[in-house]
Amino acid sequence: MQATRDFSHYVKHLGSGLAHIDLAVEGVSCAGCMSKIERGLSAIPDVTLARVNLTDRRVALEWKEGALDPARFIDRLAELGYKAYPFETVSAEAAEVENSRFLLRCLGVAAFATMNVMMLSIPVWSGNVSDMLPEQRDFFHWMSALIALPAAAYAGQPFFRSAFNALRTGNVNMDVPISIGVILALAMSVIETIGHAEHAYFDAAIMLLTFLLVGRYLDQSMRRRTRAVAGNLAALKAETATKFVGPDEISVVPAAAITAGDMVLLRPGERSAVDGTVIEGRSEIDQSLITGETRHAAVEAGSAVYAGSLNISGALRIRVSAAAEGTLLAEIQRLLDHAVQARSRYVQLADRASRLYAPLVHATALLTMIGWLIAGASLHDSVITAIAVLIITCPCALGLAIPTVQTIAAGAMFRAGVLINSGDAIERVAEVDHVIFDKTGTLTLPELDVVNSASVPADVFELAGRLALASHHPVAAALARSARANSPLPGVTEEPGQGVRGSFGSEEVRLGRPSFCNAEDLAEEILRRDPEASVVAFARGEQRYVFAVRQGLRPDARETVAALQRRGIAVEILSGDREPAVRAAAETLGIPEWRAGVTPSDKIARIEELKRQGVKVMMVGDGLNDAPSLAAAHVSMSPISAAHLSQATADLVFLGKPLAPVIAAIDYSRKALRLMRQNLYLAVGYNFLAVPIAILGFVTPLIAAAAMSGSSILVMLNALRGRRVRQEVV
Amino acid sequence: MEVIAFLVPLALLLGLFGLLGFLWSLKNGQYDDLEGAAWRAISDDDETPTTPGPSTAHRGV
Repeated sequence: MQATRDFSHYVKHLGSGLAHIDLAVEGVSCAGCMSKIERGLSAIPDVTLARVNLTDRRVALEWKEGALDPARFIDRLAELGYKAYPFETVSAEAAEVENSRFLLRCLGVAAFATMNVMMLSIPVWSGNVSDMLPEQRDFFHWMSALIALPAAAYAGQPFFRSAFNALRTGNVNMDVPISIGVILALAMSVIETIGHAEHAYFDAAIMLLTFLLVGRYLDQSMRRRTRAVAGNLAALKAETATKFVGPDEISVVPAAAITAGDMVLLRPGERSAVDGTVIEGRSEIDQSLITGETRHAAVEAGSAVYAGSLNISGALRIRVSAAAEGTLLAEIQRLLDHAVQARSRYVQLADRASRLYAPLVHATALLTMIGWLIAGASLHDSVITAIAVLIITCPCALGLAIPTVQTIAAGAMFRAGVLINSGDAIERVAEVDHVIFDKTGTLTLPELDVVNSASVPADVFELAGRLALASHHPVAAALARSARANSPLPGVTEEPGQGVRGSFGSEEVRLGRPSFCNAEDLAEEILRRDPEASVVAFARGEQRYVFAVRQGLRPDARETVAALQRRGIAVEILSGDREPAVRAAAETLGIPEWRAGVTPSDKIARIEELKRQGVKVMMVGDGLNDAPSLAAAHVSMSPISAAHLSQATADLVFLGKPLAPVIAAIDYSRKALRLMRQNLYLAVGYNFLAVPIAILGFVTPLIAAAAMSGSSILVMLNALRGRRVRQEVV
Repeated sequence: MEVIAFLVPLALLLGLFGLLGFLWSLKNGQYDDLEGAAWRAISDDDETPTTPGPSTAHRGV
C-alpha cells in the first residue's frame, strides 16, 4: 500500500485558471532566505507567483490550475532547506487581520485630518494674538469643521462602538469618557464657530483620536503577529492522517480534511490526529499526552482512541467518531465548561482606572458649571467652561497608558518564547504567587530520551541507533534520535513483536525485547534501579547492552523551579501519573509539595481550595486532562506541544524545550504591571496640572493640544522601558 | 488675502490625494508585510538575477 499526499484541501481556486496555496515556512528570518525561496519556487515552470511574507513567515503561491501538484512546492522548499506545510487561515485570524486593517484605515483618516486641521489651527492661534480678521477666523474654523467632523465620525468608530456596548451592559470602560470628550468637544466647537467665538477645539478632538488609534493599532498588530506565529506552529506540526480511500487504498490527508465516519490507519510509532474507535487490530497506546499516565494501555477492536495517543506496537484501523459520548473527552468538556463559567470575570486595570476616573472628571465638570452659575456667569459661558474641563481631562494618555506597555511587554515576551493568547494575561501573570505544574509533557519533555547513554561505548550507541532506524517502535525511534543516527544499516529484517536483526561486518546485530537479545538479567537490573523506564536491548556478537528510555526532564527545569522559589513563588506538582514517577521528579527538582494520580476534578478542587485562601494560582500544563484546571486557574500556560484544547484554553503558550519562558513571562509581566501603574499616575497627574486652568476658564485650544500631546509622549516613552528586565541567571 | 479662499481648499485637495493613495496602498496589501518590505528595499536581487529563465518574467513582484 503506497500512500499519496493529498493537499487539495488547502488549494484555493481563483478562477481565471489559477490556483493559490499558502504555506507556513519554518526558519525564514532574513532577506537572504526571502529571495532564495522566491527564486527557488519561481524556477518551477507554471508558477505565476511566489511571494514570501516575512512578518508572518509564510509563502503565497499561485500556479496554472492543474499543471502542478502542491506537494511539489513542499519538496522544493525541503531541498532549499526549509520545512513548510500548507496553512489554513482560521476564522479568528482572518478577523484579526480585518480588524487591524480597519484600525489602520481609521488611523490614516485621523492622521490626515489632524495634520490639515493643525495647518488651519496654527494661523488661528497666532492670528488671535496679532491681526487676524474675525471673518478669516470663521473661515478657518468652518474649514476645520469640514475636515474634522466626517473624519471623527469615521475614525472614532472603534471607540464609539466599544463605549456604546459597555454602556448598554451597564458598565464603564475607558472608551466612555473618551467618546464623551470627543463628541462634546466637537459639538461645542460647532456652536462656538456659529457664534463667531475665538476658540474652537476641532484640533484637540481629532488629535486625541489619532494618538489613541496609534495605541490601538500597535496593540492589535502585536496580537495579530502572535496569532500568526501560533498558527504557523500549528500548521508545521503537519498533523496528517492516513485515510482509507478504497478497501485497500490509502492516502495521507491533512487532519483538517478528515470527517466523522472516515476510516483511518494508525501505524506503530504514529500519533493519532483524530478521535475514534478501533475497528481492527491490537496494540498498546501511550496516552500520556491526554491523561498524564505514562504506562501504556492495551487496545483492541471496540476500544476508544483519542487524538494525541501514540501507537506503540501494532497497526490499527480506526473509525473516526464525531463526538465522544460519555467518555473521557465528554467528562473533560463538562468540567471545562463549568470552570470557564466559574472564572470570575477579571476586571482589567484600564477598566478599574476608568471606573474611578470617569465619575471624578464628570463630577469636576459639573461642579465647575454650577460654580460659575453661582458666581453669576451666563449659562452659555458656564457650559463652555465645563466642557473645557472635560476636554482637558479627556483620558488621551490614559487610553495609551496600558496598551503601549502591553504591546512592548508582549513583544519582549515573544522574543523570550512566550505567546500571549488573551489580552489581560499580562496583568494576571504579574499577580501570581503560586505555580502548579503538571508533570508529563510540562516538567518533562514530550519525547522519549535515552537516559543511560553515558554507560554505553559511543560506537555501540551509534550502531544501535543506526539499527533502530529500521523500526517504527517509539522506543527504537527515541534511541535513533538520541544517537543522532541518519544512515540505516542495509539488509535489516523485522521480527514482529520482537525486534530487528541485521548484520554489521561479520557479526549479527539485534535490537529489541530483552528476551530477543538474551539480555533479561541486564534489563532486570536496570529496571530495578529505574522502574519508570522502558528498556530496549542490543546484542552485537556476544556483547549485550540495555538502553533505558523515558521522558527526560526539561533541561533547565531545576533552575527554573529554583528561580521561581527565589522570587517567593510557591511551586507544586499535580500529576495524573503514578506516585513513584511523580515522587522522583519532585525530589530531583526540589519541589516539596506534590500529588500523584489526581483526576481533572481533583486538580480543580485543589485550585479552588487555594483560591479560597486568596492565592493567585498559575497552572502550567499540557494534557487534555489539564484543560479544565487551566481554565480554573487565575492564569494558565501551556507548552506548544500541548493538546489542542489545552492550548486554546491557556492564556500563554511557550515555545521550545526549556522551561525558562515561565520565568520570563512572570518577570516581564511584573515589570509591565509596574509600568502600567506608573503610566496611569503620570497621565492623570499631567492632566490635572491643567485642570485648575480649565476650571478658571483660561484654557485655550493651544493649552489643550500641548497638554494632550505632552502627556501622550511621556507615557509612550515610559512604556519603552518595558523592553528589558533585569537579567538574572536562571 | 482673498487668495486664501483658493489656496486652503487646494491644500486640502492635495492632502486628500495623499489619503486616497494611502487607502489604495492599504487595500493593495502593501502594509501586510512591513518587515519584508524593509528588506526588499535594500536587496539588489533585481539587478543580478542569478537564475535567469523563462519563469522570472512571470514573477508577480
